[in-house]
Amino acid sequence: MSMSTTSQEVEPAKQRSSMRQARLPALVSRVRELGLLIVLLLIIVVVGIQAPRFLSLDNFEQILLSVAIIAIVAVGETLVVLTRNVDLSVGSMVGVTAFVTAYFFKELPHTNLLVGILLGCALGLLLGIINGLIVSLGRVPAIVATLGTLYVYRGLVFVIASHTTSQVNASDVPADYLALATTQILGIPALILIAAVIAIIVGYFLHASQSGRQLYAVGSNPDAADMIGIRRDWLVFWAFAASGLLCGLAGVLWGARFATVDATNATGLELQVIAAVVVGGVNIFGGSGTIFGAVLGAIVLGTLQNALNILNISQFWLQALYGAAIIGAVVLDAFITRWLRRTILSRRKKV
Amino acid sequence: MKRFKSLLITWEALLVVLLVVSVVIGSVLSPFFLSGFNFYEIMSNIMEIAIMALPMTLIIIAGEIDLSVASVLGLASVVLGLLWQSGHPLWFAIGVALLVGLAAGCVNGLLVTRLALPSLVVTIGTLALYRGLAYVVLGDQAVSNFPTAFTNFGFSPIPGTEIPWSGLIFAILVIIFVVMLHFSRLGRQLYAIGNNKEAARFSGINVSRVKLALFMLSGIIAALAAVIFTARFSSARPDNALGFELEVVTVVLLGGVNIFGGRGSLLGVVLAIFIVATLQSIFGLLNISGDIQTLAIGLLLILSVLGPNIARRIQVVIARRRLVAGSS
Repeated sequence: MSMSTTSQEVEPAKQRSSMRQARLPALVSRVRELGLLIVLLLIIVVVGIQAPRFLSLDNFEQILLSVAIIAIVAVGETLVVLTRNVDLSVGSMVGVTAFVTAYFFKELPHTNLLVGILLGCALGLLLGIINGLIVSLGRVPAIVATLGTLYVYRGLVFVIASHTTSQVNASDVPADYLALATTQILGIPALILIAAVIAIIVGYFLHASQSGRQLYAVGSNPDAADMIGIRRDWLVFWAFAASGLLCGLAGVLWGARFATVDATNATGLELQVIAAVVVGGVNIFGGSGTIFGAVLGAIVLGTLQNALNILNISQFWLQALYGAAIIGAVVLDAFITRWLRRTILSRRKKV
Repeated sequence: MKRFKSLLITWEALLVVLLVVSVVIGSVLSPFFLSGFNFYEIMSNIMEIAIMALPMTLIIIAGEIDLSVASVLGLASVVLGLLWQSGHPLWFAIGVALLVGLAAGCVNGLLVTRLALPSLVVTIGTLALYRGLAYVVLGDQAVSNFPTAFTNFGFSPIPGTEIPWSGLIFAILVIIFVVMLHFSRLGRQLYAIGNNKEAARFSGINVSRVKLALFMLSGIIAALAAVIFTARFSSARPDNALGFELEVVTVVLLGGVNIFGGRGSLLGVVLAIFIVATLQSIFGLLNISGDIQTLAIGLLLILSVLGPNIARRIQVVIARRRLVAGSS
């Protein structure tokens, strides 16, 4: 914090300046979302000129399909990051639920589809609740807790796989389950619709509900949130639980979409998800950012991945790209924040 | 302060007990456990992690974290392999690999200090970036035609002993790091930074420069670990040491270093290294696969922070009860 709040200043002045600071990140994320839309358009235009088939409706559908599952997980991650925490275990949670759900349908192919979906979601919720308990009740920093559960949950899939089957194939599961990923409603793939509905519901909840607003309060100033009576630990707990639940759903869909599932499925997904969230302007210090931004971040990264494919650039660049995107986004945030702070301050001085 | 010191001593005593218990379990499980060969195996399997844990200890004490170490190892290993394959002498390849590690750490450090970004996010980003670059450089190939002198350094013990060459490097580094952390001005500065960054700055410590140096140190040590790893497996692959950051962070926190900075000792970390190494050997004896082993390591990581937290809470409850009982 390079703001010039020295200890000599009187309390009200200090408060006012900290309010100004608190509003800054929100402004940053708005600037960022607008910028991101422009970047997306630029990518589309530049790649479109190089390879016209990039611009086909079919290709856009492909991009959104590949983004849908990541977007669902990113929605949950956003809730966690807003509270000034991080969930590194999302890839493993998706991995566990995808494997268990697929295996469930393999063993009991005649059960109702809904039972399997609910099972996957419940399992994800359970894993998320464990994360939440370790962080909010056990007071273990989220980074340590979820780095641990990343490997614990992944190990769990290997344990399950070693006692059941090493791989579930497309031919093992009922067609109903696979149809989850291929069905179209009004010409739009169900996968995309599910992701959109979830983003809208959670986005509305964050924007309009009391708990949603409190989530922002917890992230932007945890101690102050405590002081005005917000149950901080409770909210952090539910953010992790919600992240788990959404990973559960994402896992169910993952199994349906990729059909062939083994113990390593969705490994490393956490990097894509965190990249989407920070590229989407969700502040890694918590307290600002939107679901819209995170989903937009996922779409931009998905579009880039698709562009690499179409321009015949090696997929080996992909991981470096995610890393560069994370670094680029936080560096950009730091610069925009500095710039906005300076312009606001100089404007106030003139007044 | 006194109570605090006693708490630390009990933690290290607990680690000694843990180590003894795990050695006893191991020797009950198998008659070969205490053999010289198994000691060599245990040692050489953990040395890359052990070496990287030393700078990690300093970084966490200073209140930061470096999650990119395993990716730096992968990148340095690939650079080493590629240069050797394209006909450069080995000393040159090793030198450049070490420089790559130094540069990677420098990038981390500059992002953390110049832009005041949290090291957690920066190093998650570079974890992906450096590993990604390793894939870009070498694709899905591997370089494995290293000269015998190099692979002997990785494969065989110091003549006449059961200690791997990497063990000697580790021992030398431990001495250097112990002097640095516990017997030098820099060490006291690290604790000061970890306890209160602002106060440290006002008392004239150049916090940015110290932190930048730490990240660069972490980078070059990770590259050194890459040289050892590459020699041990006689193979430079982009996925070398994938996920090793888990073990590195685990041994440091299990060693009693506080995740929020300001507290911890190298004695605890060295004990934790041997505990994890012994556990891994026991898992091996029980035929537990590597993927499932990481489950236990992940659990150990969480418990090493959760355990003391719960213990402290119980202490508070007991103290409160005593207070109530005394007043009534």
